[in-house]
Amino acid sequence: MTSLFWKEINAFFTNLTGYVIMAVFLAALGLIVWVFPGTSVLEYGFSDLEALFSYTPMVFMFLIPAITMRMIAEEKKSGTWELLMTSPLPVWQIMLAKYLATLVLIALTLLPTLVYYYSIVQLGDPVGNIDSAGFFGAFIGLLLMGAAMASIGMFSSSLTDNQIVAFVVGVFTSFMLYIGLSAMAELSGQWGYLLENISLSYHYESMSKGVIGAENVFYFAAFIGCILTVTWGIISKK
Amino acid sequence: MSIEVNNLSKFYGQQKALDGISFQAKPGQILGFLGPNGAGKSTMMKIATGFLLPDQGDVIIRGVSVTKHPQVVSKMVGYLPEHNPLYLDMYIPEFLSFMGGLYQLKGKDLANKVSRVMEECGLMPEKTKKIGQLSKGYRQRVGLAKTLVHDPAIIILDEPTTGLDPNQLVEIRKLIKTISINKTLVLSTHIMQEVEAICEKVVIIHRGKIVAQDLLQNLTATEKGFTFVLATEETLDMEWFSAFTLSDLKVLASNRFLIRTPDPQLFRKQALNLIQERQLNLVELKQENKNLEAVFHELTQKPV
Repeated sequence: MTSLFWKEINAFFTNLTGYVIMAVFLAALGLIVWVFPGTSVLEYGFSDLEALFSYTPMVFMFLIPAITMRMIAEEKKSGTWELLMTSPLPVWQIMLAKYLATLVLIALTLLPTLVYYYSIVQLGDPVGNIDSAGFFGAFIGLLLMGAAMASIGMFSSSLTDNQIVAFVVGVFTSFMLYIGLSAMAELSGQWGYLLENISLSYHYESMSKGVIGAENVFYFAAFIGCILTVTWGIISKK
Repeated sequence: MSIEVNNLSKFYGQQKALDGISFQAKPGQILGFLGPNGAGKSTMMKIATGFLLPDQGDVIIRGVSVTKHPQVVSKMVGYLPEHNPLYLDMYIPEFLSFMGGLYQLKGKDLANKVSRVMEECGLMPEKTKKIGQLSKGYRQRVGLAKTLVHDPAIIILDEPTTGLDPNQLVEIRKLIKTISINKTLVLSTHIMQEVEAICEKVVIIHRGKIVAQDLLQNLTATEKGFTFVLATEETLDMEWFSAFTLSDLKVLASNRFLIRTPDPQLFRKQALNLIQERQLNLVELKQENKNLEAVFHELTQKPV
């Protein structure tokens, strides 16, 4: 399983697409957090990074399906899926190795944003005037959000052997579960509460302010578990 | 038995890809799996390697059922899928180490095995290249090296020589022959010469059914008598042959007959006499020695 895990990490970095995805992600976030008026921290005037935490999921919605789209779809298309499936590795381990590799890639992409934290620490008046616990709490929330969207990406990649389809389905599913459900909750009175509760944004909201609630962590774990189980069901069908 | 295929059936929707196939391969045997395109060769191999599940029946590899313990079986089997899928971005040793890793080889053992198969498959001169830069023949070698890296007792190759040029073809065949020493090898193909060159046992399938299975020598011997092709510039007449001792006569074209006879010497004499008598211009008189090809045509052209 480790061999497959490293293969995925290597494949990301030996390929130009990997760097493009990372560069675009950081450029988009950099613009939102530091340049665009209306969202820029500098304009906002408070030493916190709320902009980072409220806009990153939006960027994730495109970035993560771009990382995961090739995970299964490309292997199916090129036929190498047959090499993996006829190896002694159980199907769930193939999926898990690919999923864990995705998580590491997301974490690596997110890592440079720690520079933002350092910048705000330095820019604060007095220097160091920042809610560190709040920042790192929200950062963990962001990682959980990334993990949830990675599971959606794996799922959409398992549906098809076409990367573009996998990407589009991944973006759309993430969009529906993140924004779509809470928007629908406002539309439908009776089911509103339920829809609100199963949406990603509802559980992410308090986390983005740095509060790591057990129920939210449990929600994310269950969410990821469910989606990966469905994915496993799809790919182990022979 | 190394490989036992028992009453295997597979359906794709309404279409029957395999219909009650049974055959065996003994340890050390090279078995040729022969059939026209779309006969079900690949389906059968995908089931034997655990990539697909059969709708009926089972494949037993060295006493272990593929459907029940696919992971156990996969360690004993080296499989080269059709079209030889490879990771084109990887370097050859990187790819082989990765595949070895999937088969739970580690550290020194893995490194040794990788360099051994690279040596065996003649990949050493190309070891600094990415797989995507290799020619088709070398890619095929990488594919074969990959099937060997975990030292399996059974090798399954799905059309290993398609798309190669004549030189590569000979080299890859030679390689297959050398790697098959002390191993059971199943190889699918639709090229007769290949089977005649390397296989001991032949299974011919057609539209999902086995139409013949036997040792190569028996299969070609069952051919009724000897086959000749006689062609002249003039149109041939069936009646001219009424005095001949023939077991069969087929009209391939008006001036080209396919003739089977139990006595080849007599036939040759009679044919030459005929040509002299009738003052014909001989174009071709040849004994068909590609008997397997004839068997194949006969078995796979009639509707099942």
